[in-house]
Amino acid sequence: MIAYIVRRLVLAVLTVWAISVLSFIIIHLPPGDYVTSYIASMSASGSAVSEGEAQALREQLGLDKPITVQYAKWMGLILQGNFGMAMEWGRPVSDVIGDRLLLTMVISVAAIIFTWGIALPIGIYSAVYPYSLLDYLFTFIGFIGLAIPGFLLALVVMYVGFAWFGANVGGLFSPDFIEAPWSMAKVWDLTKHLPIPAIVLGVAGTAQLIRIMRSNLLDELRKPYVMTARARGLSEYRVVMRYPVRVALNPFISTIGYLLPYVVSGSIIVSLVLSLPTVGPLLLKALIAQDMFLAGTIILLLGVMTVIGTFISDLLLMWVDPRIRLGRE
Amino acid sequence: MAGEAAVAVPIGTVGAEDRIAVATQWQLMWWRFRKHKLAVGGTLILVAFYLVALFADFFAYVDPTESEAQRSLMAPQSIHWIDEGSFRPYVYALKGTRDPKTFKRVYVPDTSNKIPVTLFGHGEPWHLFGFIPTDRHLIAVEGAKPAESLFLLGTDTHGRDLWSRLMYATRTSMTIGLVSVALSLVLGVVLGGISGYFGGVIDTVIQRIIEILRSIPTIPLWMGLAAAVPNDWSVVQIYFAITIIISLIGWTELARVVRGRFISLKQEDFVMAAELLGCSKTRIIFRHMVPSFISHIIAATTLAIPAIIISETSLSFLGLGLRPPAISWGVLLQDAQNIQALVISPWLLLPSVAVIVAVLAFNFMGDGIRDAADPYL
Amino acid sequence: MRDDAQPLLSVRNLRTSFFQDEGITKAVDGASFDVSPGKTLGIVGESGCGKSVTAQSILRIVDRPGRIVEGEIMLTRADGTQTDLVKLKASGQEMRSIRGGDIGLVFQEPMTSFSPVHTIGAQLIEAILLHNAVSPKEARRRGVEVLRSVGIPNPERRIDEYSFELSGGLRQRAMIAVALSCDPRLLIADEPTTALDVTTQAQILDLLRKLQRERGMAIMLITHNLGVVAEMADDVVVMYLGRVVERGNVDDIFHDPKHPYTKALLQSIPSIESVPRLKLPTISGTIPHPFNRPPGCPFHPRCASFMPGRCDTEEPALLPVGEGRKVSCFLYQASAAGPLHRSVPSGGMAAQSTGSGRA
Repeated sequence: MIAYIVRRLVLAVLTVWAISVLSFIIIHLPPGDYVTSYIASMSASGSAVSEGEAQALREQLGLDKPITVQYAKWMGLILQGNFGMAMEWGRPVSDVIGDRLLLTMVISVAAIIFTWGIALPIGIYSAVYPYSLLDYLFTFIGFIGLAIPGFLLALVVMYVGFAWFGANVGGLFSPDFIEAPWSMAKVWDLTKHLPIPAIVLGVAGTAQLIRIMRSNLLDELRKPYVMTARARGLSEYRVVMRYPVRVALNPFISTIGYLLPYVVSGSIIVSLVLSLPTVGPLLLKALIAQDMFLAGTIILLLGVMTVIGTFISDLLLMWVDPRIRLGRE
Repeated sequence: MAGEAAVAVPIGTVGAEDRIAVATQWQLMWWRFRKHKLAVGGTLILVAFYLVALFADFFAYVDPTESEAQRSLMAPQSIHWIDEGSFRPYVYALKGTRDPKTFKRVYVPDTSNKIPVTLFGHGEPWHLFGFIPTDRHLIAVEGAKPAESLFLLGTDTHGRDLWSRLMYATRTSMTIGLVSVALSLVLGVVLGGISGYFGGVIDTVIQRIIEILRSIPTIPLWMGLAAAVPNDWSVVQIYFAITIIISLIGWTELARVVRGRFISLKQEDFVMAAELLGCSKTRIIFRHMVPSFISHIIAATTLAIPAIIISETSLSFLGLGLRPPAISWGVLLQDAQNIQALVISPWLLLPSVAVIVAVLAFNFMGDGIRDAADPYL
Repeated sequence: MRDDAQPLLSVRNLRTSFFQDEGITKAVDGASFDVSPGKTLGIVGESGCGKSVTAQSILRIVDRPGRIVEGEIMLTRADGTQTDLVKLKASGQEMRSIRGGDIGLVFQEPMTSFSPVHTIGAQLIEAILLHNAVSPKEARRRGVEVLRSVGIPNPERRIDEYSFELSGGLRQRAMIAVALSCDPRLLIADEPTTALDVTTQAQILDLLRKLQRERGMAIMLITHNLGVVAEMADDVVVMYLGRVVERGNVDDIFHDPKHPYTKALLQSIPSIESVPRLKLPTISGTIPHPFNRPPGCPFHPRCASFMPGRCDTEEPALLPVGEGRKVSCFLYQASAAGPLHRSVPSGGMAAQSTGSGRA
């Protein structure tokens, strides 16, 4: 059991390292660097940057060093808790990301809660009453939910809000609270704004999880232990909820690990449409400006968060499934 | 074992069962697939989509890049089907006038001037398969230029005809799915096969790579890679760059399926028998193992395409995928980004219908194939 | 099958069918038999003959799309009253108290008969709590007791283990313990030893016999293994394609089988007296799919004593042949035209034997 945790932990650390290398490479893939894109944007606005100035800027940012040195420097800084400067903003990366990362997590977790809250009961119902009218209805809605890309759903929601209710349903805060410091009132305001983004983000995952739950549970319901539980005289509700549902939930728990990157990914694109203050719009801008510290940090942090999520789901799975806990299949 | 009744001896079955007994795996699959109504429906829709992709020039009636600022954001035009009691479709010609309040040039239907709409009529010249010159189009108008008179789905901000653009976008988006999935398939089958067949260290390495790739949120990864595509690349170069970027992630799922199959097949008696008979590894893999799970691969592939279409659309929508002058569903939807514009011209959202229908159709077909390939799953 | 003694369970004309898109499968098609208190009834037949569905019908746990179409399942309760289980609501309170309370069930697959994520104890104690008004502590004590009574060593520790931590034999013992936890008067054992190795099989059968002696319960033993039946059963019911073809006392059935199917089954058992290297007789053909049930007697396409014009047109009824015997075959029934056939062409089965040997 300890060996299992240690193995998972080592794997998690390795994954984080691989993600850091990968995000660093991605940032360096585009031809040129921040200075070239800075020069381009300066000349677009009419002011020229001299060769000397560019060189000075490169030296200042460490862009003149070999790529491995740059990576080592970057890693060294990160290990000290310093994510570097967001070049475009002229402020430390941690300052720029700050609340946005927290809000990204809040939205993602809200979406996952919504997903589970809806998908589990529906999946159970559909498996217990397969080929019933409601099962067909849920399957149909599920298919539609899978077929609509998140950003489209966000667009439709925005459109409906605008065209029918004349209201901007985007954003996470009322205008009064956007710049306000954190307070109970601000948290409450956030809670009120949370459902729409959470639902928009959660729909595709919900549709997917309904299908997984349904087919898992259908498989489990056919197993002999269900019949023996029935033969013991348990009520039908108890038979279903206590045994097959419990077993069918296990692979579900392991999906948290994959659900999180999926939802975080979705949140980036949906945030752009719904103008949510998450890291999504920031990442898009940073990538276009080749602001490597900012973009690199965002990709790295998102990766780290999913690795942590996967690790937690592994632990949870171990906790609920004795077959894994006791090291047997 | 003491006294077990040995009573079952297989003999030839009779009647209708004969047909099943001699049917090949593919015939059985086809019979099961046929019963799946939604899957058959989805397949027909996809055939229609790919016909559009193949003959986009025929289905479109004007040049999709021809812009006319004065005709920007025109609402979809209605076709009048009955003319003086008989079936003769026509549209009203459009008359440019100036709005007395805003002094903007607006187009209003001129009810005195009817332009007949015909099927398979003459229009702008194009080349069938790239070399046979023709000017036939699915929809054409008589006695007028289609670019000035026909706006079935309205126009975009630059005054380009949305119907014609949608036809060309279908070509791009539907083929990007195929090309990407083909790339993913090669990567997935080769790496998944190696992983599953040989096992050991190489399996561990490949599995770790897959795990790492899957634990990175895909969109940021795609965004990073797509942002790296130089701005000055041509449409074709970008097209292939995006295809490769999308398939870089897509192969992991297929590799997982292939690996699982290889591992379970390795235990099967027929593989053992082939090994004992001295078959080469290549022969065992391609003659014995692959044919027994190819149907699963087809199902997994079909189910992977819709995800790719959604990815391309999302990336292009963000401005990181295909960029104008390329035309894809995602590029068309970029116009819908501005909510205020969308409220005034809701038809800009129409390309999303194509996305949803195509994705649904692929899902239905994939589900049907999967059920037909393995009725016990 | 003594008609004078009140049977514990009396099944009459039971029909259970599965309603699928492809058609109706008659899994049990008019089965009738009795289980006497404290005795063992063996139900034998090839796989797919409806044995297991019969057991599930008695417990009213037939899975959809199956359901009991007609028939009567009379259970004599502890207070002497009789209840027709077919008339009860399958998920109702009364049926649930009979399930696990009056009738216990042991299944073929000890591996999958326990939930993989619950301990043996959780499933055992749950049953005890459900059928007895006792405290959880007392239920646990009883659980340990019943585990000990089925011969599980260290029951105090084993009760908190998962089924996959036990060996096959221990698992089946634990399964029996769950079935016995509430002192049922009838234990239905559906192929209880099929998945076990031979030594363990013998131990489990010994255990069942011992428990039967101690508790005086009746056992309904469902198996395809004639050896097990010979060893365990007092009475035997032979089933073929959902129908009872023959029933009677175990000695009568084994020493003087009447129905051609019973004879064929018995001839296919290897015996200590068999001639070495001689292939064992087998029954020709396979069980038809229940969709294509042959007209007339369902066994006629494979029968050595097939009488054209009769067996393939009429269905024979299950009629008495001598003391406590019943058989469903025209060989023992007067036809409208002729007298009672008594003579069976001997060696008819041997002539049918094919060269495929013992399966």
